[in-house]
Amino acid sequence: MLRSLKWRFFLYAAIVIFAVLLLIPSLTSELPSWYGKVIPTEKIHLGLDLQGGMHLILEVEAEKAVESYMERFKNNLREDLRDRGIPVGQLDREKDRIVLESSGDRGKLDRLLAERYGMMRVKELPSSQGGGGWRIELVLDSKQEEQIRKNAVDQALETIRNRVDQFGVSEPEITLQGTDRILIQLPGIKDPQRAINLIGQTALLEFKLVDEEGNLDEALKGVVPPGDIILYQRSVDPKTGAVKKVPYLLKERTMMTGEVLKDARVQIDTQFNEPYVALEFDDIGAKLFEQITGANVKKRLAIILDNNVYSAPVIQERIAGGRAQITGRFTVEEAKDLAIVLRAGALPAPVKIIEQRSVGPSLGQDSIEKGLWSTAASALLVVLFMIFYYRLAGAVADIALILNVVLTLAALALFRATLTLPGIAGLVLSIGMAVDANILIHERIKEELRWGKTIRAAVDQGYHRAFVTIIDSNVTTLLAGVILYQFGTGPVRGFAVTLCIGIMANIFTAVYITRWVFDYLTLKVKVKQLSI
Amino acid sequence: MELIRPDTRFDFIGKKKYALGISTAVILISLGSLFFHGGLKYGVDFAGGILIQTKFSKAVEISDIRSALESSGLKDAVVQRFGGESEFLIRVEKSTGDLESLSKSIQTMLQERFKDKAVEIRRTEVVGPKVGKELKKKALWAVGLSFAAILIYVAFRFHQFAYGLGGIVALFHDVIVTYGAISIFGLEYSLSLLAVILTIIGFSINDTIVIFDRVRENLKKLRKEEIETVFNVSINETLGRTILTTGTVMMVVLILFFFGGPVIHDFATALVVGLITGTYSTIYVASPVVLLWHHRVTEKRKKIR
Repeated sequence: MLRSLKWRFFLYAAIVIFAVLLLIPSLTSELPSWYGKVIPTEKIHLGLDLQGGMHLILEVEAEKAVESYMERFKNNLREDLRDRGIPVGQLDREKDRIVLESSGDRGKLDRLLAERYGMMRVKELPSSQGGGGWRIELVLDSKQEEQIRKNAVDQALETIRNRVDQFGVSEPEITLQGTDRILIQLPGIKDPQRAINLIGQTALLEFKLVDEEGNLDEALKGVVPPGDIILYQRSVDPKTGAVKKVPYLLKERTMMTGEVLKDARVQIDTQFNEPYVALEFDDIGAKLFEQITGANVKKRLAIILDNNVYSAPVIQERIAGGRAQITGRFTVEEAKDLAIVLRAGALPAPVKIIEQRSVGPSLGQDSIEKGLWSTAASALLVVLFMIFYYRLAGAVADIALILNVVLTLAALALFRATLTLPGIAGLVLSIGMAVDANILIHERIKEELRWGKTIRAAVDQGYHRAFVTIIDSNVTTLLAGVILYQFGTGPVRGFAVTLCIGIMANIFTAVYITRWVFDYLTLKVKVKQLSI
Repeated sequence: MELIRPDTRFDFIGKKKYALGISTAVILISLGSLFFHGGLKYGVDFAGGILIQTKFSKAVEISDIRSALESSGLKDAVVQRFGGESEFLIRVEKSTGDLESLSKSIQTMLQERFKDKAVEIRRTEVVGPKVGKELKKKALWAVGLSFAAILIYVAFRFHQFAYGLGGIVALFHDVIVTYGAISIFGLEYSLSLLAVILTIIGFSINDTIVIFDRVRENLKKLRKEEIETVFNVSINETLGRTILTTGTVMMVVLILFFFGGPVIHDFATALVVGLITGTYSTIYVASPVVLLWHHRVTEKRKKIR
């Protein structure tokens, strides 16, 4: 028994020392260089509610990616139909479906579809014209559609990661949630609105030709020439805040997109001292740009970002070398952000913000201070009460309580878990259960003493009996905690994590460590009276 | 030190008829309040909408903020003082439209209106209605499943379904009463109050198990006694522990209540109620359910014989 007392001491001491070593990096940043080689130097991560920052959940509108895929398919199909001499009566896209009506050779169409568009499913529709006409609906094969959606979400995740990296946030967290949601946590960010603009922007850069022959006034009245669209140049007067909208009649066909960009940088126009974004294309883009500009000299080429015309300069000559620029009345900050999103690339589909929470750093500080003070005050009161009521045994229980908190926090650091306000609630609950465990043991020992047992037997029986109760109540709560973790979301999880860890620490500290102290007192010191 | 003398024998179980009356009344009041208020007052977390917490450098009249919001077309915005003279919560419950840009426009509007008072936007929350609904659903699932797990574990450990059932009925009692209190005090049901409910579930089941455990032990010792007596003895024997534990935790919660600041205040209020009902329900809900079940089953068995 004595021998085991020694071994137990070394084992428990080792665990406690390890936990303290794990905690040190969270308390001070001045660590000797050898420290990281021996001990993991992960710090306890504070949740955004405690340290300030932004939490964002985006939903990728993946159906839009499917729609734009169908739009491209429609345009290709139109060309193929023309090449094969199949007359087109009607060819329209309705969201993710394409309706084709024709009176041409059906056999030719079926061959075309089989050859080039195996991923399309054909459904017959009743023809509106009689005779040899037919009308079909084309939809994407469900597997193919699934793939497009998945790609869109994956690519959006990657793009947003790039943007945040270039924006420069320390320790951002960007993860996929479910199938089409992206969770973004940006600790310590000072201007949430700017970050939202940067992350949420689709940033689809397009180059389209201005329709020089078309009549803009007629088009604005509703008579848009086929194959044309109207887009606007919006400019906000920085002083009055008034929005000016200038319409442009453009050819719908996109000549080039931002996909061929190699780089985008902010430059300052020396003449007007205004920032602009200088674009550099990759090899393919440079060639394409040279071709487009060469074939359309004296015409205007509109530079469009997310359906907003930025400028539409006249092409003076063929432009080789693959360079262009986006001007506008930018502030330096706006130009910087624009360059970031262009470099990181466009989102494959628009994203919608479905949840946004941001906490200013000062509020986070306030919550920590208030929370810490009241927690510290109540902890002190509990500690004093235990000593007042249980004397020496109370002091032993207090050691267990303090170790419980140390172990729980160390485990949080080790597992890189995040401490949030609900997490503190979980911690308080587990401390409450730790107090209860100690009370259960002490009350039981007192009972056993009252029944006339020797000190040694009373301690043995007290622990033995109380252990059953402690295990039952802790396991039940642990079970609930695990389920909450599995099925809960963010804050509920934060609660569950600290609760579960706290309970496990509780069984160790309240039962095993205090037991060692009592064993030491009764076996080694051989106390004649137990101060309990 | 002894808080409760060892020979204490309060007749807890004998008073169970009165307790039944109290429990029924409290539950009816709780449900009545919930019904009368049309359910819980869901916060932005669950209902969807916008929450903005602002702090001004000087004191601002609440009516000034209200009228500023009204003049920009937000009549249904709720403004509330939040600690101090110069700190406010603005809430807009809305489930349609572009909430993100609405939140942005409120912030710009405030910054322009109160230029001389240096507005600080301390916290913003924008929750889409879909997210709120999902959150509600997930929370319900999590709580429901943990109830089921508790039922199974307790029934298994105590070799009798009745004990699991007693524990769960007590939990339902506590959850209903706490929700009733949330409704009566007009607290806003948010994620932090959900955390309170979870905490209360933890404490309540813990308390129940401690007494059931003693009953299990005493059933072996006091074979000849009526089961009512066994429960009474068990409750009395663990009374010291019950008072000490509940008292200690209550002390902590009261400190949070008075000094924890506005964020924790609602949290602590609900916790006080939950703690009381959690302790009460062990003696007067969980135990009577087990007794009732016990009599039903034994009487049935007698009849069969």
